[in-house]
Amino acid sequence: MSLQVENLRVYYQTLRGDVKALDGATFTVADGEIMGLAGESGCGKTTLGHSLIRLALPMRFVEGHVTLDNEELPVWDMERMNDFRFRRISIIPQYAMNAMNPTRKIGKMTSELLESRKVSFKTTLPELKRRLDLVELSHDVLNMYPIELSGGMKQRMVMVLSTLMNPSLLIADEITSALDVASQKAVAEMLVEFRNRECCNSAIVITHDISILYQIADSIMIMYAGQLAEKASTEVIIHSPRHPYTKLLISSLPEIGVKYAEKRLIGIPGRPPLLLDPPIGCRFRDRCPLAFDKCVEEPPFMEIEKDHSVACWKVFEENAQA
Amino acid sequence: MLKLDNISKVYRVGTFGGKELHAVSNVSFDIGDGEVVSLIGESGSGKSTIGRMILRLISTSSGAILFNRVDVSTLEGGALKDYYRKVQGVFQDPFSSNNPIFKADRVFRIIREEFFPEIEGPEWNNKVNSSLKAVGLNPGDVLNKFPHQLSGGQLQRFLIARALLLDIQFLVADEIISMLDASTRIDVLNLLADLKSRGLSILFITHDLSLGYYISERAVILYQGYVVEMGATEKIFENPLHPYTRMLMAAVPRLDKKWEGVEIELRAKQLGLTPGCVYYERCQSANKDEDCARDRPVLLEAGPDHLVACGKL
Repeated sequence: MSLQVENLRVYYQTLRGDVKALDGATFTVADGEIMGLAGESGCGKTTLGHSLIRLALPMRFVEGHVTLDNEELPVWDMERMNDFRFRRISIIPQYAMNAMNPTRKIGKMTSELLESRKVSFKTTLPELKRRLDLVELSHDVLNMYPIELSGGMKQRMVMVLSTLMNPSLLIADEITSALDVASQKAVAEMLVEFRNRECCNSAIVITHDISILYQIADSIMIMYAGQLAEKASTEVIIHSPRHPYTKLLISSLPEIGVKYAEKRLIGIPGRPPLLLDPPIGCRFRDRCPLAFDKCVEEPPFMEIEKDHSVACWKVFEENAQA
Repeated sequence: MLKLDNISKVYRVGTFGGKELHAVSNVSFDIGDGEVVSLIGESGSGKSTIGRMILRLISTSSGAILFNRVDVSTLEGGALKDYYRKVQGVFQDPFSSNNPIFKADRVFRIIREEFFPEIEGPEWNNKVNSSLKAVGLNPGDVLNKFPHQLSGGQLQRFLIARALLLDIQFLVADEIISMLDASTRIDVLNLLADLKSRGLSILFITHDLSLGYYISERAVILYQGYVVEMGATEKIFENPLHPYTRMLMAAVPRLDKKWEGVEIELRAKQLGLTPGCVYYERCQSANKDEDCARDRPVLLEAGPDHLVACGKL
């Protein structure tokens, strides 16, 4: 097991109280697994990603354990995490377009970055060039300023930087959402290539675009309102999801070949609850067509079959009957 | 209803405006009554530029935009105001379309002051309420709120309701779905479909092909300001011919097929279409000639119990 997360709770501190953005997440990511993390905006997926690497204010660590390769990650301690960041666990941030220092040439910036981690730029350079070839960037980019690169090029450059130390876990936060379909495909396939070449051991891909995950992820985890709703292999999530939220979410996605005149898709009525004071019980209850009395209690996130976990009372009931 | 006749947009760039940037080049297509046309392209393809030219937010460099046979660029004063009564736009980011210091319904008040000063208060309120209901919003939930108190889907529908107040005939919808969540975007799409069935024409600008397919009858594919392919949506999607369109189709992430599958299928389709030898594109033979591209070879006997489908041996 590469990554194990147990009952992780991270709240945002505000003047009006804690926003329970991540409320008890328990899951594992296996060696070599690319796990997709999907959900609506505000469901806590980015909070989960960031809390694994940089848990900064106003985020507040409440409880939980994170283990990476059998070693506990001190996610609550900004200082001690420095030993892990970039080397063992790395992130491709959202808006990677703006992630590079605009006043430095990219090569200079890279060397400063490596030196700050006490790694020699000179000895890393051949590997850096090899990685640039891998993402089809010319070596000249090292002598360019970030502004001279297009969006897709910057994204690929940041990918190279983030994985330079062969981290055990790579977190990719919305790396495809600002790109065109063609660059989207290229970047997504490169991520898989990086994993295959062991530039990173396993990866968590955070996105709201489930169809991208279907193309590249081994497993998909769906979050709703700060909690885990369902996790299973990609095929299972797409073709036979169990949680009502996952079902509605998947069925509301328009696909090529679907026209409104022939098959009118329906969205999910209502909107996610505010996490400042989330409802007790199942948080999807108000929007769920299957909700019943039991749902006022909070459903546990349980494995119903091998590698398939769900948090829904209805599913547990069906499973008990079957 | 709306006809684009050979329009171009050239920007002057460089320090002294010495260089030209052709954002849109010789684009012509028309949009009929109650028709939805998708304008599909990557960023920088000029699709938003076309939308802005239709809304007269920017001028055209050459060519004409005809709305009900009237050249839009000649409109001024009252005639222009009339044009805006019929043609309106909704844009990508609903959060920055509203001024955050004012309540969101200020946009309705502006419309009233500008276009309908003669309508009385209660009557106006009824009009606002019915237009909000038309876009599937409950007036009690959304009126008197600040933009940050509404969700993206609500705000986007709010802006469509604002356009509906004007009795519009034509809507430029510029990437209106892309900032919305999966669970709400389909509602906004369905709303557009409903409006279309009531006779509204829509120019649906998008980079997401599946959204374009869902809603539109016709599609226009743009690349670097040029139209590379246009026609009925089904025809373009089922049988893309231009290499660029084919590349786009292969790159769209889908839920029913993986990327490799789409590529193989497209290639197979192409082979089925070409009349000549199926191996033509990859054939390295020195004997390859035009006949190979034209006639499909049949199996011939090369020797006893040895058949080959190539006439050039």
